[in-house]
Amino acid sequence: MISHHIPRVLSKLLIPLIMLFAFYVQFHGDYGPGGGFQAGVIFGAGIILYTLLFGLDQAKEVFRPRVLEIFVAGGVLLYGGVGIAAIFAGGNFLDYDVLAHDPTHGQHLGILLVELGVGITVAAVMATIFFQFAGRGRTDD
Amino acid sequence: MLDLVHLVLFTFLAVVAVAIIRLKDLFAAVMLMGIFSLLSASLFTVMDAVDVAFTEAAVGAGISTILMLATLALTESGEHPEHNRFQAMPLIAVVVTGAILVFATFDMPRYGDPEAPIHQHVAPHYIEHTEDEIGVPNMVTAVLASYRGYDTWGETTVIFTACVGVMLLLGGHAIVDRFRRRKDSGPEGES
Repeated sequence: MISHHIPRVLSKLLIPLIMLFAFYVQFHGDYGPGGGFQAGVIFGAGIILYTLLFGLDQAKEVFRPRVLEIFVAGGVLLYGGVGIAAIFAGGNFLDYDVLAHDPTHGQHLGILLVELGVGITVAAVMATIFFQFAGRGRTDD
Repeated sequence: MLDLVHLVLFTFLAVVAVAIIRLKDLFAAVMLMGIFSLLSASLFTVMDAVDVAFTEAAVGAGISTILMLATLALTESGEHPEHNRFQAMPLIAVVVTGAILVFATFDMPRYGDPEAPIHQHVAPHYIEHTEDEIGVPNMVTAVLASYRGYDTWGETTVIFTACVGVMLLLGGHAIVDRFRRRKDSGPEGES
């Protein structure tokens, strides 16, 4: 794959757009179709496309597996953290009404953070699983 | 017109499903499974379930096809059945189970029926109160992230657990090595 110039050049143009689209899906999920899960999958697909064209070693330089591991756990912790924050603010677990002065603003904030947590975890999980599959059968690790 | 679109898409789904079963070349089967997912996504779009269609297109047609191809790269792409001769028992079991399932669908409410039990429980509350309780235009997001926040929290944990499982199964020895190295060089490394 590495010597194929046309896919390489085209994907160099496409990968930033794919990742930008993932962010659009992530933060526009309140208003249109989409949300954290879909955004995470699209972002993960961007990472996988990069890996397919530039090789596993270079991809691991850009998206370090150790950093991805932190993101895998970090997204879940962000989700749970929002729930715990709601408890400390005087509500129930994952009750976003108490997160801001106005219940609707609290809901907006809660949904945004929770969806962000889902997106981070899903993107990191997709990339990690693909790295594990692609790196399987190599002797160097 | 809409019925015709449904009919065409469902026919294609059935044809692709039969083709996947008949194929011996697993590489072609994986590609057809991607097409199957894309057809399902089109069906969901026609049925106005855009969020589900989005997920199906991204996960079914995108990620799982790539993961299947990665698996084929690790193994091999030809299928070697143990025995090719015709067996009656499996066919009978499948036909009887299928007949029971088709019989069960007669009791299901018609597609889009507003009197269906699923539209009588909490759905009216979500539809009427999302605007003033949550204030988010996309009702699906409101249900997923707020009303049913517990469920989504559970799903996120499941994805996390799946990732940990894959890492332990496929990259197990690398992780164990890393911890062993850290344990060996622990006292000096930390000070």
